[in-house]
Amino acid sequence: MQRIIYIVQKEFKQIFRNRMMKPMLFIMPFVQLAVLSYTADFTVKDIRIYVQDQDMSPLSAKLTSKIKASDNFTLKDVSYTYDEGFNKIQDNEIDVILSIPEHFSRNLNANRKTELFITADAINSTKAGISINYLQNIIHDFQIEEAQSKGLIEIKPGINTIKRDWYNPGLDYKFFMVPGILVLLVTMLALFLSGMNIVREKEVGTIEQLNVTPIRKYQFIIGKLLPFLIIGVFEFTVGLAVALLWFKVPFLGSVGVIYMFTIVYLILVLGIGMFISTITDTQQQALFLAWFFSVIFILMSGLFTPIESMPQWAQDLTLLNPIRYYVEVIRLVMLKGSSFASIKVNFLVITLSAIIINMLAIRNYKKTA
Amino acid sequence: MIKVENVIKNYGSVEALKGVSFEVEKGQLYGLIGPDGSGKTSLFRILTSLLIPTGGKASVKGFDTVKDYKSIRKIVGYMPEHFSLYMDLTVEENLQFFATVFNTTVEENYHLIEDIYKMLEPFKDRRAGALSGGMKQKLALSCALIHKPDVLLLDEPTTGVDPVSRKEFWDMLRKLKDTGLTTLVSTPFMDDAELCDEVALIQNGNILTIDTPANVAAKYPHKLWKVETENNYKTLKALDNFEEKISAFSFGHSVHLATNDNVPEKAIREHLLKSNIKVDKIEPIKASIEDVFMELMR
Repeated sequence: MQRIIYIVQKEFKQIFRNRMMKPMLFIMPFVQLAVLSYTADFTVKDIRIYVQDQDMSPLSAKLTSKIKASDNFTLKDVSYTYDEGFNKIQDNEIDVILSIPEHFSRNLNANRKTELFITADAINSTKAGISINYLQNIIHDFQIEEAQSKGLIEIKPGINTIKRDWYNPGLDYKFFMVPGILVLLVTMLALFLSGMNIVREKEVGTIEQLNVTPIRKYQFIIGKLLPFLIIGVFEFTVGLAVALLWFKVPFLGSVGVIYMFTIVYLILVLGIGMFISTITDTQQQALFLAWFFSVIFILMSGLFTPIESMPQWAQDLTLLNPIRYYVEVIRLVMLKGSSFASIKVNFLVITLSAIIINMLAIRNYKKTA
Repeated sequence: MIKVENVIKNYGSVEALKGVSFEVEKGQLYGLIGPDGSGKTSLFRILTSLLIPTGGKASVKGFDTVKDYKSIRKIVGYMPEHFSLYMDLTVEENLQFFATVFNTTVEENYHLIEDIYKMLEPFKDRRAGALSGGMKQKLALSCALIHKPDVLLLDEPTTGVDPVSRKEFWDMLRKLKDTGLTTLVSTPFMDDAELCDEVALIQNGNILTIDTPANVAAKYPHKLWKVETENNYKTLKALDNFEEKISAFSFGHSVHLATNDNVPEKAIREHLLKSNIKVDKIEPIKASIEDVFMELMR
């Protein structure tokens, strides 16, 4: 026991004597949290639109001004020709063209079918899809208003949907993203710190001296793991405080449940790092492996893209992804106030994985040359 | 205390040790002398249980290095070839760390390292990485001694250390020997060998000879001359066709020439003068371990 305590002390000394370590621990995570939380925004604003108006009627002008009034669109130009607008797409000056054909107004007033034509720059397909969607909503609203005001059609009694978004009533993307980014931050920190650690002793050669001591493998691994666990929990706490106080993310669930899960999760991620450290010989190799896993884990975590929209095989693969479970839990507990009972499965999966990976790391750490 | 029996170590198709046997008695300061790549480090790693031999067996204080590796690690003090303490910990912290790892304290065994550590004490708050080569050596020795080992294994402790520190280091080893400590030390320096109780000369994974340094030197079978001239290279070249020559090697500023027993000094001098070489001095000398080594390697 005394040995473990001393290894922990030694690790802390080494961590805080490393010139880059303090900024890495105390500044980088917050920069990450601050920057990513503001930038990982899936709402599309300031869509630059060009209206090709061949109708030149009061009605088409009314539609144009309705678009102009919308929060999402910035009206860049209105003109008669399509080519001018298309050139502007080419030059990346606008994102969307709405073409209003001749006789738009006449057809509409005569209650005949008329067509509008939308052209979108789909280099960024997500943005194009969302832009078209917004535009269609505006046109739909416009159509109903016009019809109503002219009394051309009466509102048909029928299905009238009323929408209510539970747990995030304002659909604030930050409530959704900030907890996720917190997960990302804690994961990266733990994975890289532990992944680089044992392999560093190998690279510097200190492991040879250490291996010829009666120190036990489990003492060594625990001694290495504990300092990072403490740092990880600390980082999580500060990150959580920033999320609650600065981003005003609601916290409906139990603090105890979140911390219990975080600690087990950290032990798992640190174990993965330790394992990487035991199978590599240089920090460079370890870094590559750690990156490989973290990129896959992050992109397949449901943090940026919903897991439900992945192909089935990928959805199955995410079952092996620890970040997936943690993202789920942190969102459920913070935003939905879920109790331990509803995250039981996630907790079990993470606990089991943590035990297995750490046993593997201990087994794999060889006290021989 | 240390027993090595026909130890073989292969790395793939490379044979690092080809059946090495020797024995170190309790309290001996035993030297393993050989050039780089002769298998010294492999042998140390086997003795410290870091490597498993391909064949043969080795034991320290009766503990088998493979079966009883746990016991070995308690009784052995090891100084690897490369400095392997924590560069970012201070002198004192390194010492404390290794004491704790061995379940002991610096205070408990301070008497063992007192002489050495005294020299380090002024720098005890300095990080190990900022120490000079000689100081690092002393710290590494202190760390290897702090748990009161029965056997000290030092792998090339004086490589890369200045001559003064090297001498100091050997003085320390002699003092430790007086306390009854058994020490196995490897070195590529022949003059280190003369300070050991017994030496084993090792080359290409084979032991060439084992004896006391004096006996090893006495084993030299030829007459040996020290030849001082204006130029070693020219001298060696001229000696190539000297009929009485057995071997000739450059030794610093002179050439060591081995000849048959009945060759007079005059014969050598005349041969060199024939090649227009100005001779400063030719004198018969006693062979050193290095001469024996060169002879055995021939």
